[in-house]
Amino acid sequence: MKSIKIAIVVLMGLVFVSFGCSDRNGNSDKQKAVTINGAGATFPYPVYSQWAHEYKKITSIRLNYQSIGSGGGIMQIKAKTVDFGASDAPLKPEELSEAGLVQFPMVIGGVVPVLNLEGFEAGEIHLTAENLADIYLGKINKWNDAKMKMSNPGLNLPDKAIATVHRADGSGTTWIFTNYLYKVSDEWKSKVGFGKAISWPEANNIAGKGNEGVAAFVKKVDGSIGYVEYAYALQNKMNYVKLQNKAGVFVMPNAKSFQAAAANADWANADGYYLVLTDQPGKDSWPITGASFILMYRNQKDEVKAKEVLKLFDWCYKKGGELAKKLDYVPMPVKVVEMVEKKWSEEIKANGSPVWK
Amino acid sequence: MKLFGKAGSRNLTDTAFKLTTMLGAALLLLIMAALFAELVRNSLLSIEKFGWSFIYTNVWDPVKEQFGAAASIWGTVVSTLIAMALAVPLGILIALFLVELLPERISKWVRTGVELLAAVPSIIFGMWGLFVFAPFMAETVQPFLRGVFGDSPLFSGPPIGIGMLTAGIILAFMILPFITAVVRDVFQMVPAVVKESAHGMGSTLWEVTSKVTIRYGFQGVVGAALLGLGRAIGETMAVTFVIGNSHKISASLFAPANSITATLANEFAEASEPIYLSSLIELGLVLFVLTFIIQVISQIWLKRVKKQMGVQ
Repeated sequence: MKSIKIAIVVLMGLVFVSFGCSDRNGNSDKQKAVTINGAGATFPYPVYSQWAHEYKKITSIRLNYQSIGSGGGIMQIKAKTVDFGASDAPLKPEELSEAGLVQFPMVIGGVVPVLNLEGFEAGEIHLTAENLADIYLGKINKWNDAKMKMSNPGLNLPDKAIATVHRADGSGTTWIFTNYLYKVSDEWKSKVGFGKAISWPEANNIAGKGNEGVAAFVKKVDGSIGYVEYAYALQNKMNYVKLQNKAGVFVMPNAKSFQAAAANADWANADGYYLVLTDQPGKDSWPITGASFILMYRNQKDEVKAKEVLKLFDWCYKKGGELAKKLDYVPMPVKVVEMVEKKWSEEIKANGSPVWK
Repeated sequence: MKLFGKAGSRNLTDTAFKLTTMLGAALLLLIMAALFAELVRNSLLSIEKFGWSFIYTNVWDPVKEQFGAAASIWGTVVSTLIAMALAVPLGILIALFLVELLPERISKWVRTGVELLAAVPSIIFGMWGLFVFAPFMAETVQPFLRGVFGDSPLFSGPPIGIGMLTAGIILAFMILPFITAVVRDVFQMVPAVVKESAHGMGSTLWEVTSKVTIRYGFQGVVGAALLGLGRAIGETMAVTFVIGNSHKISASLFAPANSITATLANEFAEASEPIYLSSLIELGLVLFVLTFIIQVISQIWLKRVKKQMGVQ
């Protein structure tokens, strides 16, 4: 017993000493450079942390990004505990102006319907927007439904029940996916609506936690369909569908079709960048595309820091594209970046004068 | 009561020591009261809007901002009951085996094993549940139950491996060591004289066990069960992984369900609307009150049991 006690005391001593050291190191770093604090969305976390890593190598400016979820990000920026918040779903213009915030899109991703149906290759099954909504509404419950056959002539669809999988946790992915269904189906619009968490129609009863949870269930349940971030579909080698877009063309989900959706979107006329990239025009556009947004205060107290934050984002836009692509994200189109940076110079101010010149 | 007796007349260090310990104890109560007050304060919005209907209606619609937690409360209660139905009899059996049948030398080792099981973090149970146990349920247990009971509504629906039953079984694994440990203590408190008398009367081991040991320790067993209940009801991670997270009330034990803790774990991070957040916090309040009641009952019960059997 005594030896255990001694060991505990020694261990605790070591812990304190090591804490002391790191504290000192932390302080000396802070004196050298600014630390930028951000919090929010989990979906862009991998790319934000990679950007932070690279940026620190170049500038010694540290980005501390906490992926606590979009809801948390919005709360943290409103409580002014962070320099920027991040959200997968854009805030409405009135909510922005009420809180004195500006928002701009940072990176693009796509949501992809994935399925588990033996004997079919990725992209072989064609889904119309209406069929996808009907599947999640429970109106189409067999793979060989007449409506499914219509959009898949020549395919021998099996007489198998469709099991739908959705996200159990509140998430931006669900927000984007249900927003799309809301736009393309009147019935979905009146019965269900859209949000980060929704009340799912009766037919849906399998729910996975996180993209990985949905992916796991789709892989496990024969005849199932689910929706995940594109990166997850790729990394898990999942079978996805070709989806019909607004122009009536069946498109494959990939970086090109996501970027097409972002480029074809009417950013210029979107008040406060409240623009959702689902169901965008253009024959190459992937219909379930979404951007992840950054939230900052219109009036900045610390001009130097605000400038550092914008400099970081500018670097991400201009130099971070390759890194984003490597992680299966899509960088913002140049056209949009120019618009966003113009907006910075117009709207983000410290002591009445613009921070970004 | 001696604590307060002659505090002043002793030396200074003693008084200081007593004060410090008292402060510590007071702090504990203060924290609990503050926690309760804060939960109530933050859920006022939802309490005002939904009133009691929050507890008995089953809608969970963040889009239309309508919340009624019946499905989560139902899931918490049913999954806990399943766990109890499995863990209590099993716990009693193991405890009997440890006390009555195993020689002390070996019993010691089994006991350590049981206690080690109690130390396994719940996330491990959750992941094991999802990746190992759920497929086993889907491929073996659920088809078996379906085969035995046919198309009873209790076992209807596709065997997907996750759901109320799986959550209940995982919970049973988790509370088993607690129940076993307490029940073992209770059985050990049964005076040897009583048991020996029964043996002397020519009773078989089974008769001694069922008519003496269990009857003598009955209240203790109930106390142990209540302790397990208190723990099962608040379990979060393991349940979230395997319960299926569906806000629906279904008669089928195979169907995905939800529990209060799982709902909180899933939805808290992304909830930003005030009424949504408030409803989630009220859900926490419901759990707090539920757990509190169970803990109080079990503490009172255990105290009574100890008083009755204190003299060996």
